[in-house]
Amino acid sequence: MMRILFLLLLIPVTLASSETWAQNSPIEALEFTREVDEKRYHALLKELRCTVCQNEPLDSSNAPLAADLRRQVYVQILDGRADFEIRDYMRERYGDFVLYNPPFAGHTLVLWLGPIVLLLAGLATGAVMVRQRRQMLRQSARN
Amino acid sequence: MIRMLIPLGVFVALIVLLLSGLKSADQRQIIDSPLIGKPVPAFELPQLQQQHLSVNNAALDGRPFVLNVWASWCPSCRIEHPLITRMGREIDVPLVGLNWKDTRPEALEWLDRFGDAWDFHIFDEAGGFGIDLGVYGAPETFLVDHTGTIRHKHVGPVTEASYADLIQRIRNLQDEMES
Repeated sequence: MMRILFLLLLIPVTLASSETWAQNSPIEALEFTREVDEKRYHALLKELRCTVCQNEPLDSSNAPLAADLRRQVYVQILDGRADFEIRDYMRERYGDFVLYNPPFAGHTLVLWLGPIVLLLAGLATGAVMVRQRRQMLRQSARN
Repeated sequence: MIRMLIPLGVFVALIVLLLSGLKSADQRQIIDSPLIGKPVPAFELPQLQQQHLSVNNAALDGRPFVLNVWASWCPSCRIEHPLITRMGREIDVPLVGLNWKDTRPEALEWLDRFGDAWDFHIFDEAGGFGIDLGVYGAPETFLVDHTGTIRHKHVGPVTEASYADLIQRIRNLQDEMES
């Protein structure tokens, strides 16, 4: 019970900090003529990693290089380039690492399929154990 | 009895995996450059000192060179500076500076103060060439062969340990050109 209360107490703190974070967003105010472009811009900034400060996406990084890369995304959107072209632009320079969603390829198979394999293994183990437990119960009931 | 040991085995395996991950964590900070094996991106930029002279890829064609990315605002560039100076003395190929996202007065003052061992500097004030090269922080050092292909990239300051390796790689590139 105490633990739940404690967790509840934490909620307003996290909400408050995410709010100030939003206010201090480092993103420059930019003009877009089309709303869809603005949405694409913000979506791309969320999926591209700031390569200097490696645990931040471009949309929350204060690093000067992140500002330059945001500028690149902006200019390329205005130039009418597609999302995949902009992603490729970044990948050609910084590698797969710049993408928060790594591509599905040979060297990332473990990354993508690993959790599914682990989940299936867990389910299988659980199923075997339940079945054994049932058999034991049945046998003891018979005795 | 053996079946009870299975979870323990899995646990130990997991610990080993995580510990080995911790050990190589520092190296994973370094992003492998996708540009290795690719040509130096096209550029046309002014020189730092002689601002009316511009440099492009053709100016560097035909022999290996070292491209060292630095800036006056970069503390690690100060750290590697003695080794870069030594490199300038010891190698027979051009040592080219790429002054990145800097201002001309500050860069020139920095060179005056600490010394200029480079053959010349490319002045990339806007940082566009740096982005094309996949630079994510100064200093970075690229080794380029005589065909204009990027062959090696060193991220962060050159240290005593990496210095010998870089020199050896530069010699290999020279041998490659002569053979």
